[in-house]
Amino acid sequence: MSGHVSPISLYITIFMALMVLTVATVGAAFVDLGQFNFLVAMIIAGFKATLVIWYFMHVKYASKLTKLTVATGIFFLAILLGLFLVDYGSKAFTQMPPFLS
Amino acid sequence: MSNVAAHADDRGHAHAHHPALQHHFDTMAQQKEAAVVGMWVFLLTEILFFGGLFAAYMVYRIWYFDAFAEASRSLSLFWGGLNTAVLIGSSLTMAMAVRCAQTNKRTATVNWLILTMILGAVFLGVKVIEYADKFEHHHVPGYNFQWAAAHEAPAAGEHAVAASEGAAAAEGHRELSLTPAQLQLTTQIYFSLYFTMTGLHALHMIIGIGIMLVITRMAYKGKFDQEYYTPVEMAGLYWHFVDIVWIFLFPLLYLVERHV
Amino acid sequence: MLDQLKMPARNYLNNGHGLASWLLTKDHKRIAIMYLISISVMFFLGGLFAVGIRLELATPAGDFVQAGTYNKFFTAHGVIMVFFFLIPSIPAVLGNFLIPPMIGAKDLAFPRINLISLYIYWIGGVFTLYAMLSGGVDTGWTFYTPYSATGSNSNVVPVALGIFIAGFSSILTGLNFIVTIHRMRAPGMTWFRLPLFVWAHYATSLVQVLGTPVIAITIVMLAVERGLGFGIFDPSRGGDPVLFQHLFWFYSHPAVYIMILPALGVQSELISTFSRKTIFGYSFVAFSSVAIAVFGFIVWAHHMFVSGISTYAAMVFSFLSFSVAIPSALKVFNWAATLYKGAISFETPMLYAYGFMGLFTIGGLTGLFLATLGMDIHLHDTYFVVAHFHYIMVGGAIMGYLGGLHFWWPKITGRMYSEFFSRIAAILVFVGFNLTFFPQFVVGYLGMPRRYHSYPDEMQVLNVLSSAGASVLGLGYLLPAIYLVWSLKKGEVAGPNPWGASGLEWQTQSPPLTENFVEVPIVDREPYEYEHVAAKEKHLV
Repeated sequence: MSGHVSPISLYITIFMALMVLTVATVGAAFVDLGQFNFLVAMIIAGFKATLVIWYFMHVKYASKLTKLTVATGIFFLAILLGLFLVDYGSKAFTQMPPFLS
Repeated sequence: MSNVAAHADDRGHAHAHHPALQHHFDTMAQQKEAAVVGMWVFLLTEILFFGGLFAAYMVYRIWYFDAFAEASRSLSLFWGGLNTAVLIGSSLTMAMAVRCAQTNKRTATVNWLILTMILGAVFLGVKVIEYADKFEHHHVPGYNFQWAAAHEAPAAGEHAVAASEGAAAAEGHRELSLTPAQLQLTTQIYFSLYFTMTGLHALHMIIGIGIMLVITRMAYKGKFDQEYYTPVEMAGLYWHFVDIVWIFLFPLLYLVERHV
Repeated sequence: MLDQLKMPARNYLNNGHGLASWLLTKDHKRIAIMYLISISVMFFLGGLFAVGIRLELATPAGDFVQAGTYNKFFTAHGVIMVFFFLIPSIPAVLGNFLIPPMIGAKDLAFPRINLISLYIYWIGGVFTLYAMLSGGVDTGWTFYTPYSATGSNSNVVPVALGIFIAGFSSILTGLNFIVTIHRMRAPGMTWFRLPLFVWAHYATSLVQVLGTPVIAITIVMLAVERGLGFGIFDPSRGGDPVLFQHLFWFYSHPAVYIMILPALGVQSELISTFSRKTIFGYSFVAFSSVAIAVFGFIVWAHHMFVSGISTYAAMVFSFLSFSVAIPSALKVFNWAATLYKGAISFETPMLYAYGFMGLFTIGGLTGLFLATLGMDIHLHDTYFVVAHFHYIMVGGAIMGYLGGLHFWWPKITGRMYSEFFSRIAAILVFVGFNLTFFPQFVVGYLGMPRRYHSYPDEMQVLNVLSSAGASVLGLGYLLPAIYLVWSLKKGEVAGPNPWGASGLEWQTQSPPLTENFVEVPIVDREPYEYEHVAAKEKHLV
């Protein structure tokens, strides 16, 4: 039994989308959005990653278990980053840390 | 071309199955599904592996934003952007290679794999150029690190701050709240993370190219068909993952603050 | 009284002879045996360093070894016991051996990866041992920066690299188990018919796969800081030493769940078998294993209450640490409910199970004391902490390992050991353990700090008790090494199911065939249905 075979046109489309998004992320970096620059960059990167995972890595056509595995990885990465912020985010960032003054 | 073979196992049962079916599995479908899930579980470990570096990056970027912004501006947007395009292109060629293996096109599979490896090598070549540049500009922590700001090093005394502020305004840079001594320390943190993150990524690419050499040889020898192309797909999953890591590394390292 | 049982003519032990048939095997059972031998060697080595520690602490003055040497002793003890004994123990030995037969499979999903995980374990072990024996490391197994990054003159990087390598063995084992349990179950073996041992290993594998990579990258960062002069954790280079602690404990706290979850799984099997009753609240116990695994990832900073995390973070992590006690306690209550009105007996595996219940409970409760912010200020870095984790790791995990080893020994080897000596050993272990570690709660509360080779005179009596207990404990551990090996040739032939236990693994011959089953079993029974299993081959005299 062979897996799902995607049409070549789909791959080309995804590739073009990724290139456009790359240009977009560089362009957005040159616009002053203050705090939102970072958010925009991460959203674009996240969207690019989703395209690669969903279409290039065939997760769209994969089993529920595979999809669950991907979601689990993202979830635990979020725990790692989020709970780090619980500590670092509740300490003062406005000043340099004491060992650097 | 079907590779079904008939043989008797050690219990005397004769049965026909694909020669690549391992005997602790019941069907090729079960074997393939196990391989795909197994590879994704491995990629999970890679997500958490790089994740630790991203966590460290996150902490220091928030703490030392100005230093990160300054240091990020010193990276070449041209080379970084080119590398991003090259790597995304290599993901396309890899997807094509898997597709050709799925549709039983032996020569095309080999060609797309070779193209993927070439693009990977181009990426690594560019990284060599970028790293060499870092060595030249004394941006290698622990080796020769010396952060000289884009403008001249300030004179001693209280005029130093005013002079660098004036120079900064003149060149369109944002006024920084860090002293040069602090900049020296904090940009070193940035570059430590830069080298660790891109170095680890490059190491993964080298391993990926190595894996692809093996897979290409297998493809050349006709080991794959529409029933069994799992190794190509596994290599593809790995390679796409390496691409995704770079998709995040690029904005995080090269695009911290480009609008000043 | 028993029929004359014979060892099965064809089994996995005699299917192929010679070193190559073992070193190149794909049989999960042979790999399990090789792991058994390897971790036993490591246990002995780790124990030697413990002897060194207890010898020093028998007198208040630091007169046995110098402080620096003492530091190397407790570092070696910790590194070997955590990474090379406890983490692999039950999964790599009992899990590897039993998971395929328990689910009705012929092998794990990836037999060659299983073999590679063993090689990786050996390489990591040799690497680490060499580094520790050729100079040693004095940072403690926790490797805190900046001392480990820039202060210490010892073999930090080689030991860290050895742990890094061994981590891959752990990851590959976990990966293998996850895919196997998802995709290799026999027809009719639904998730809720799985033995709780399998649920426990599934949860453990999740932790292995998701946690180990973080310590791997932490070691990489430590290595580049120490080896290449990068700045990541060292304040003099702009780094934050607390960041190391966050990254280290993000793995090392879930690691303690890697060490205890499999033992909790063994415990469920022992309690149900030796009270001849189905486990009370099966699905709650199953889910509690997964809950412990997941919750275990969100509590790590309770190791850092006095390190400089914010008060807000401390409160959050303290609260979360209380919540992880809930699924653990649930298991203890359910085991007690299983014992209630069960036909309980006192075979050796069950002696370990009884001991486990009490000691795990004490260990768990004292964990709550430590999770309480105010108490932890006083107790942190004292012997109270040392006692707490030894109650769980030794009173819990090791007793679970020994209980499981004794329970499944007849299945693994086809032989029974001496019930007399095994019961004596179990009692010695229980008595010796409590004598060693209970006084440590007291001295810890009195303020004796950990990782010091000397202490105030008034604490000597308790320390001497502890050291004396250690010798009893050591004797208790030595006995199984003797009678278990003796049983290989001289033990009575066990037959397929000497305990009358439920579970697919008991429906096969002892020792099993290489392929485990002649025909793929079809499962139509719920787990632990004791009325269906004939106890005709119960071994007790």
